[in-house]
Amino acid sequence: MARFESVPAPLGNSVPSSALSVPVTKITARHSALVRVTHWITTLCFLALLVSGIEIVISHPRFYWGETGNVLTTPLFRLPIPSSRALVPTGYGYVLPDQNGWSRYLHFEAAWVVVLTGLLYVISILFTGHLRKNLLPRKADLSLRAFSTSIADHLRFKRPSEAEAWSYNVLQRLSYLFVIFVLFPLVIWTGLGMSPAFVSAVPATVTLLGGQQSARTIHFFVSLALVLFLLVHVVMVCIAGFRSRTRGMITGRAGTQMERT
Amino acid sequence: MSDFSRRKLIKAGLAATAGVAGLGVAARIAQKYGLIPPDHGGIYGLGETLTYASHRLLTRHSLAREFPRSQISKPPLANEMPPLKEAYKRLQAGGFVDWRLSVNGMVDRPASFSLAQLKSYPSRSQITQLACEEGWSYIAEWIGVPLSHVLGLVGVHPQARYIVYYSIDPDWWDSIDMADALHPQTFLAYGMNGDELPVGNGGPLRLRLPRQLGYKSVKFITHLTVTDGLKGFGKGLGSAEPEVGYAWYAGI
Repeated sequence: MARFESVPAPLGNSVPSSALSVPVTKITARHSALVRVTHWITTLCFLALLVSGIEIVISHPRFYWGETGNVLTTPLFRLPIPSSRALVPTGYGYVLPDQNGWSRYLHFEAAWVVVLTGLLYVISILFTGHLRKNLLPRKADLSLRAFSTSIADHLRFKRPSEAEAWSYNVLQRLSYLFVIFVLFPLVIWTGLGMSPAFVSAVPATVTLLGGQQSARTIHFFVSLALVLFLLVHVVMVCIAGFRSRTRGMITGRAGTQMERT
Repeated sequence: MSDFSRRKLIKAGLAATAGVAGLGVAARIAQKYGLIPPDHGGIYGLGETLTYASHRLLTRHSLAREFPRSQISKPPLANEMPPLKEAYKRLQAGGFVDWRLSVNGMVDRPASFSLAQLKSYPSRSQITQLACEEGWSYIAEWIGVPLSHVLGLVGVHPQARYIVYYSIDPDWWDSIDMADALHPQTFLAYGMNGDELPVGNGGPLRLRLPRQLGYKSVKFITHLTVTDGLKGFGKGLGSAEPEVGYAWYAGI
């Protein structure tokens, strides 16, 4: 009981309201079942997309800008890695085995699953209020002081308090929103921009990006940004308490509460 | 078992049954409208089917982007390829005058065309991009006769669903559905950038399919078969590519 009384007022709305009226022995979910299931499906798909994407890049580790690019044209930049094609001059004396067949199959299958999962997630957070309550920054968060406090806390790798475990802080909210509404749509768009069939039906997909090779290069950088997000996310989970946070995302039970009951 | 969990169980059972039945009906409809690719089996079948079906619904009549002449890549890239075999070299030594394209299967008039005959039909040109699944690309002007013109000459049966095409190397073959076969930009290409089609780019005859990735544009074409199904062709997966791990449909 004491736990709930100690929760500061602005955070109160992030505690499920039903939790306030029930005995503490009745455990309420930190994350809804929908959030947990979509989180782990997305995790699996992202790892599949990353591994297969790296394999595909290895077959041509050169990037260009504009419409076309190949080994006869000047690249924007090259990755200093060996290639799985003999045609590509890499400076390495060997050619890696070709893995593009299964990589391409897996890339598009994982893309379908993550896009459909993402659609389900976005539609449902609009209706359940998760977006409004837990993801959009609170009014109090948007002051300069609140921002600098949150940034300072992050820079000091400060472990969040127990109350904060029930809510997302402002930097967390903004980065989740950025991933969900900017990076994911952009990586899907640039992926479709590379499809000769898709752009035949919707040419703006590629012309707005400045060409097929530009789409490929942006796809690469957005993927890098997503990998960076994943790394920071995992580091933050470790700082906050890997076991309790991961348990929260698997079982829905908040770690702190578990320890009390 | 409490009433509550029994009710839940019944609900879940009903939902599962409805789901399976729904999937079954969807598969039937998809099959009827030609939305199932030949390599729909295995763990990647779901993704492959979703990709092919959605592209078929979205792109049945759409045209690949064409470019101004100023955007033609100079020089056009010739990709690496396995060494040419004896049969090819013999025809090459004779200036390809004996090169033939034979067409059989579900047609009224099986036929064999020389290059000169193909060149005597109304020629078309397109400046389109060839994009490789590896990530590189180039733009070239492709000159040839639309595949639909040749199919019209031989009289394709109405039940035909696929065109299987073979390079001079019998291990290198592929197939496309009728939407791609009859598409106005699907060419039997014999020229490039105002000249003969270079050997490195598939000369003297290449099937050019600009809405799919480069590997579907098979080089050195010698034979077409019109069919209503792909069972019996290789392993029944539609082309040599799925047999080495690559998707049959390459629109993405």
